[in-house]
Amino acid sequence: MKRLALLLALLPLAGMAMAEQPAECLVAQTQLEQAFPLHRVTAAIAAKKLNVLVVGAGSSTLPGANGAKTAYPARLQKALAELLPGVAVKVTADVKAGRTAAEMVKTLEKPLADAKPALMIWQTGTVDAMQAVDADQFSQALDQGINIARSAGADVILVNSQYSPRTESMIALTTYADNMRWVALQHDVPLFNRFEIMKLWADLGTFDLTGAANKLDIAARVHNCVAWLLADLVNEAAKQGGPQTEAVKPGAGN
Amino acid sequence: MAPLAPVSTERDLRLDLFRGLALWLIFLDHIPSNAVSWITIRNYGFSDATEIFVFISGYTAAFVYGRAMDQHGFVVSSARVLKRAWQIYIAHVFLFAIYLAEIAYVAHSFDNPLYTEEMGVLDFLKEPDITILQALLLKFKPVNMDVLPLYIVLLAWFPPILWLLRRAPSTALIASAAFYSLTWWFDWNIPAYPKGVWLFNPFAWQMLFVFGAWCALGGAQRLSRWIDSPVVISLAAFYLAFAFFITMGWYFPRLAALVPKFVNDIIYPIDKTNLDVLRILHFLSLAVITIWFVPRDWPALKSPVAWPAIVCGQHSLETFCLGVFLSFAGHFVFTEISNGLPTQVAVSLAGIAIMVGAAALVSWYKRVERRGPGPRPPAATPSYAGGAG
Repeated sequence: MKRLALLLALLPLAGMAMAEQPAECLVAQTQLEQAFPLHRVTAAIAAKKLNVLVVGAGSSTLPGANGAKTAYPARLQKALAELLPGVAVKVTADVKAGRTAAEMVKTLEKPLADAKPALMIWQTGTVDAMQAVDADQFSQALDQGINIARSAGADVILVNSQYSPRTESMIALTTYADNMRWVALQHDVPLFNRFEIMKLWADLGTFDLTGAANKLDIAARVHNCVAWLLADLVNEAAKQGGPQTEAVKPGAGN
Repeated sequence: MAPLAPVSTERDLRLDLFRGLALWLIFLDHIPSNAVSWITIRNYGFSDATEIFVFISGYTAAFVYGRAMDQHGFVVSSARVLKRAWQIYIAHVFLFAIYLAEIAYVAHSFDNPLYTEEMGVLDFLKEPDITILQALLLKFKPVNMDVLPLYIVLLAWFPPILWLLRRAPSTALIASAAFYSLTWWFDWNIPAYPKGVWLFNPFAWQMLFVFGAWCALGGAQRLSRWIDSPVVISLAAFYLAFAFFITMGWYFPRLAALVPKFVNDIIYPIDKTNLDVLRILHFLSLAVITIWFVPRDWPALKSPVAWPAIVCGQHSLETFCLGVFLSFAGHFVFTEISNGLPTQVAVSLAGIAIMVGAAALVSWYKRVERRGPGPRPPAATPSYAGGAG
């Protein structure tokens, strides 16, 4: 199973036979519990067309020639397409290394206008922690970003930092992770707890994340699993998001 | 108003006990991804061990230097406070050197494609001149090295505050609270390097330190009537339960969904940098409940069970610094050797054992020094001459 996943991650993906979720990802499904529905995603799925925008920084990318194809935003499109047969899924990525939350918010409107997503997946926090941005300003940037996305017609999922064992004593993530959690609760936004998911993989030995060496295959498998679990989260939250009363009442035939 | 003298001459062992425990908790919390840190109080409420440490440090500072001010006057006791601040500064710089060594090791052995972004944190090694200078200025502070700079600033200000506290305790306390409020209002803080502000804002955290000092100089007695009242105790218990429920919601989202929106809007964000009111209340509630359970003459305080924590609390600077070093070392063991659960438990227990051993050693050494030969002015004799600062 692991070798299959490895193959899938490394081969050029276009036109491949449908892949299934690698079993190694599944151990972290317990971390996906959340209670906030995504009404716009539900509506988009019902309309058979789901556009997703991934906004992120360096940890949403992988280096190398195949980096863009093996990083989780590209893999997410595959996973979603498979979970939602018959729905035209399109994932666009607005990803650039080294950006703080506030910097992403500044340029958020254009990618939103271009992609017209029903869902914005927003990965942030690491760069803010590295630069020790004032926690209050980080919080406010998250507020703003969520509001901008919502007024552009998109639901939001927040993605927190990676679990990075070797830099843990150098980057103080806690404050930023806490603030992100609180903002998510305040706005009824699902939080994809990438940190705990990756930590669980590391603890269970699913992936060796402590290894210092340059191993692109493991990195690609990790991103693939992140994509699959994200797709699961989107799918589950969309199922919870039944017809929203005021939005659907007038014309709803069923 | 009449000056207040320290209430009792005998050291309250509860202070040492809880400061010792706080030091252990800080150590456990400082090892990243340590499963044992699930037992620490920050996971069950708003405040954490830092509040306990700062409050008790204020209390003992007033107790010790207040007595020195009685005996030797303002100038001499102030000099002692500043000497202490200097010692802490040296300790901080020493820890920074160890931290640099760890970082430099990681920098040249780490090349994982998952973490290209995270590795950017090592960039400051490219400019060691600036980094080291900023660290000496206390503007560049690595992870988990924020408490000592806070302590340095609190002590550096302490002499005039102590002077005022002994003359007009209520005025001093009100001034401290007013300064805290102004800090919130105007967003005062000390700038940090390369960006941002101090993680523990001294302008805000001073309030807890001064409150501790005020309690030591008779405030605790004044409060005792309130602290013992069943109303206050029930309020404290209720608040702790509320904080527990909210905190559990952070780990179990379905629980969080039960919290009404207006409550979320009121409580978040809970500001650690500026010592949020929710955190103060949580600390005070903990204190009220603790005092209720643990009276001053609690027999267990003199038993061997309490001794390890008490001895650590009595030598807090040494124990704290050692704890910071040990948490680096513990993290190193996790990444280089193993981070299985047995290792995590072993590292945590070994760390605490080393802290206790070191504190016992310091305690023994200080006893020997005091007994030692050579002409030494007996410290207990008050010498008022020349002490009228």
